[in-house]
Amino acid sequence: MVVEAPDVARYRRPGQFIMLRVDEYGERIPLTIADVDRETGTITLYYQIVGKTTEKMSLLGDGEYIKDIAGPLGHPTEIKNYGTAVCVGGGIGVAPIYPIASALRAEGNRVIGIIGARTRELVILEREMKEVCDELIVCTDDGSHGRKAFVTDALSDIMEAERVDVVVAIGPVPMMRAVSEQTRPEGIRTLVSLNSIMVDGTGMCGGCRVTVNGEKRFTCVDGPEFDGHQVDFDELMTRLNTYCEEEAQSTREHRCRLEGGRH
Amino acid sequence: MKEKIPRQPMPEQAPAERVRNFKEVPLGYSDETARLEASRCLQCKRPTCVDGCPVRIDIPGFIRAIGDGEFLESIRVIKLTNSLPAVCGRVCPQEEQCEKLCVLAKKGESVAIGKLERFAADYERERERLVITPPVERKNGRVAIVGSGPAGLTAAGELAKMGYRVTVFEAFHSAGGVLVYGIPEFRLPKAIVQYEVDALIKLGVEIVLNRVIGSAGTVNELLAEGFDAVFIGTGAGLPLFLEIPGENLRGVYSANEYLTRANLMKAYRFPEYDTPIARGDSIAVIGGGNVAMDSARMALRLGSKKVNLIYRRSRVEMPARVEEVHHAEEEGVVFHLLTNPVRFIGDEMGRLRAVECVRMELGEPDESGRRRPVVVKGSEFSIDAEVAVVAIGNGPNPLIPRTTPGLELNKRGNIVADEESMKTSRRGVFAGGDIVTGAATVILAMGAGRKAALAIDKYLKTGEW
Ligand SMILES: Cc1cc2nc3c(=O)[nH]c(=O)nc-3n(C[C@H](O)[C@H](O)[C@H](O)COP(=O)(O)OP(=O)(O)OC[C@H]3O[C@@H](n4cnc5c(N)ncnc54)[C@H](O)[C@@H]3O)c2cc1C
Ligand SMILES: Cc1cc2nc3c(=O)[nH]c(=O)nc-3n(C[C@H](O)[C@H](O)[C@H](O)COP(=O)(O)OP(=O)(O)OC[C@H]3O[C@@H](n4cnc5c(N)ncnc54)[C@H](O)[C@@H]3O)c2cc1C
Ligand code: SF4
Ligand code: SF4
Ligand code: FES
Repeated sequence: MVVEAPDVARYRRPGQFIMLRVDEYGERIPLTIADVDRETGTITLYYQIVGKTTEKMSLLGDGEYIKDIAGPLGHPTEIKNYGTAVCVGGGIGVAPIYPIASALRAEGNRVIGIIGARTRELVILEREMKEVCDELIVCTDDGSHGRKAFVTDALSDIMEAERVDVVVAIGPVPMMRAVSEQTRPEGIRTLVSLNSIMVDGTGMCGGCRVTVNGEKRFTCVDGPEFDGHQVDFDELMTRLNTYCEEEAQSTREHRCRLEGGRH
Repeated sequence: MKEKIPRQPMPEQAPAERVRNFKEVPLGYSDETARLEASRCLQCKRPTCVDGCPVRIDIPGFIRAIGDGEFLESIRVIKLTNSLPAVCGRVCPQEEQCEKLCVLAKKGESVAIGKLERFAADYERERERLVITPPVERKNGRVAIVGSGPAGLTAAGELAKMGYRVTVFEAFHSAGGVLVYGIPEFRLPKAIVQYEVDALIKLGVEIVLNRVIGSAGTVNELLAEGFDAVFIGTGAGLPLFLEIPGENLRGVYSANEYLTRANLMKAYRFPEYDTPIARGDSIAVIGGGNVAMDSARMALRLGSKKVNLIYRRSRVEMPARVEEVHHAEEEGVVFHLLTNPVRFIGDEMGRLRAVECVRMELGEPDESGRRRPVVVKGSEFSIDAEVAVVAIGNGPNPLIPRTTPGLELNKRGNIVADEESMKTSRRGVFAGGDIVTGAATVILAMGAGRKAALAIDKYLKTGEW
C-alpha cells in the first residue's frame, strides 16, 4: 500500500516503522516502512492480513484515508560495510528486509538475499529484492516457486560455501529464533527485528518490552532490531499471545459486520 | 456568622452505580449551592489562599463574582491566570494547595475553592460561552511547542494571546497529554479537554498531531527551519517497573499502558473499539499515587470483582489526592498497606496467576522525610491476580535529550531549566512541566508553561539570552 505521508517520507531511514490508526475505532499498529519516495512524499507499506486492522486496511480503495500515521519510529538499522551480508526474510518479513538489503548494498556489502513463504502467492517483493541483491534465493514450503526448502536450509548452504559476516533475519518468531541458533556456533553477528505488541511506539507504555541479554528493553525505541543471540524468544512468543482471545472476538465481530454489509 | 454555613458537599454518583459506568463521579454544584458556598469566603484583605495557588488566581475575586451571581465575570477573572480551570477544578490537589492556606482551614473547613472553580468553568462551557478573538496585532516570531500536555497547552495559549505564531507538535493522535491518555473519563471527561484544545485553535494555534520530535525532525531542525524558540513539554513518559521476577508475564502492565489502552484507545468499549485490554476477576495494582488509584478504579469499571491495591508504606504516606483514595475505598478497592510485591507468579502458558508479597514495617525516615519501609522477615504471602498494574512512577522519556546535543540534564535524566525563565542550556530552547520536575501535577506544569511564555516573549523581543 502506498500512502501519502510527507513528514514520514522526509525523515525515515531504513529499519524504521510507523504506527497507524486506520479509523476512529482502530487500534494503533506498527508497520515497517518498506520504501519512501521523497519527491511525492509517499511511503510504501506491505502488510499481511492477520486481524481486524489489516483487514480494514485491505478494504481501503484508491484515494481513501488512513486516520493517523505517526513516524518514523525506532532505531534505524546500523548500516556499514560488513563484507558479506545475508538478508533473510520470511513471509511479510521481506517488507522490512528489502530496505535494509538495499542500504547494505549501497554501502558496498556483498548482499545475498533469501526470501521464503509458505506458497507462491505469498512471495512478495521478489523483483525488488533481485535488483538490490548480488544473489537471491527464493524458497517456498510447498515448492510451488523457487526451491522447496525453508530459509534456514538455504542459509546453511551459503554458510558452508562462503564466509558470512552478518545476517539480518526478519520474519515469524520461530524463523528468527532458528536462524539465530544456526549462526550462534559460528559467532556470526545476527540482527533480528522483533514484532512485539505496541501501543504508543514512543517508549511511553512499556508494552513492547523484551528481554535482551537479561535486560529489559523497549522494542519501539531501543529496537526493533536486536542481537538475535541475546533475545529471549520464548518470552516474546508468550507476550505476543496476550490478546489471542480478544483478537479472535474482534475479528469475528468485524467479519459479521462485513457480511451484514453495514461497513 | 458566615462560618456557620457548613462547606457544601458536591453531589456524586453513588458508589454501587458508578462502578458500572464511566461517567464522571462528582456531579457539579447547582447555581444556588455555588452561591451559598461562595458566601462562606471572608474576602480576606490578604488572601493567604492565593499563595497556595501555583498560578496565583485572584481567588477572592472570582468567588465574589460567583456570590454575586456574575458567573461569566467569575470565569473571566480565573482565565486571566489559568487557562484550564475546568481541568484544575477537578484534578488539583486542592487540600495541599489553595485550600490548605485558606484562613477557614484553621477553624475547620476551608472554602471549596476547587469546586467553585469547576463550577465557573462548567458554567462557561455549558451555558454561556466567552467569545474568543484572536489577537489583532501579530508579533514577529514563530514558536514550536513540543508536547500538548498542560505545560505545552498553557505555553501555546499564552503566546498565541500575545500574538505569536505557535505550532504544537504532539506524538499522539490526540492533544492533551496525560489529560487524555492517563486521567480516566470518570475523573476528567475528555470532551472538556477537547473544548480547551479547540479554544486554542480558535486563538490561532496550529496543532500538528502524530509528530514525534526527536524521531521525525529534531529540536535543532525546528530551530533551523524557522522557529525562533522551542518549548519542550514532553512530560514524564517512561514507565518505571519493579524489576522483580515474572514482570514480563502476560497480564502485567505498566499503568501507562493500562490507562492508555483504556482511556486514549477506549478499550473499555471493546469490541466497538478495536484495542483490547486484559480483564480478570482479580486484579492487583501496585502503588499509592493518583495513577494507582486511577488504575484500580478503572479495573473495577472494566468488570473486575476484586481489586487489590498494594502499597509499601502506610496510608498517611500515600501521595494520591485524599478525594481519590476516598473514592477508591468507597467503590470497594481493597487496600493492602505496608505490603510489597516480591515476585509475579505465572502458569505454564505464561499468564499471571498471583503476586507474592511481603509485609513491611516503617523504620527510620528517608531522604523524602517519610519513614522508610523495611521487610518483615518470613512474612511472604500471595494475592491471586490475573492482571497486575505497576503504578510506581515515571521517569523522563529520553527521546528529546538523546537527539538534542548540548541540552543539560540532571542525574535523573530530567532537563535542567531555570526556575523562573524555564531557559535550558541551549539558546532559544525552553522546557517545563514533568520533563523538568519529574512527575508532578497539572497545575505546576501549567505554571511552568506560563512562565516560559513570558520568558519567550522577552527573548523574542530583546534577542537576549
Ligand atoms: C516494528 C514492527 C514492524 C512491523 N512491520 C510489519 C509489516 O511491515 N507488515 C506486516 O504485515 N506486519 C508488520 N508488523 C506486525 C503487525 O504490526 C501486526 O501484524 C498487526 O498489528 C496486526 O494487527 P491486526 O489488527 O490486523 O491483527 P490483530 O487481530 O490485532 O492481531 C493478529 C496478530 O498480530 C499480533 N499483533 C496484534 N496487535 C499487535 C500490535 N499492536 N503490534 C504488533 N503485533 C500485534 C498479534 O500477536 C496476533 O498474532 C510489524 C510489527 C512491529 C512491532
Ligand atoms: C494517571 C495519572 C493521574 C494523574 N492525576 C493527577 C491529578 O489528579 N492531579 C494532578 O495535578 N496531576 C495528576 N497527574 C500528573 C499530571 O497529569 C502531570 O503532572 C501533568 O500532566 C504533566 O504535564 P506535562 O505538560 O508536563 O506533560 P504530559 O501531560 O505528560 O504531556 C506531555 C505530552 O508530550 C507528548 N510528547 C512526549 N514526547 C514527545 C515528542 N518527542 N514529540 C512530540 N510530543 C511528545 C506526549 O505524548 C504528551 O502528550 C496524573 C498523572 C497520571 C499519569
Ligand atoms: S488552580 Fe488549583 S491551586 Fe489554583 S485555585 Fe484552582 S484549584 Fe486551587
Ligand atoms: S483565604 Fe479563604 S476565606 Fe480568605 S479569601 Fe481565600 S478563600 Fe476566601
Ligand atoms: S510501544 Fe509503548 S513503549 Fe514501546
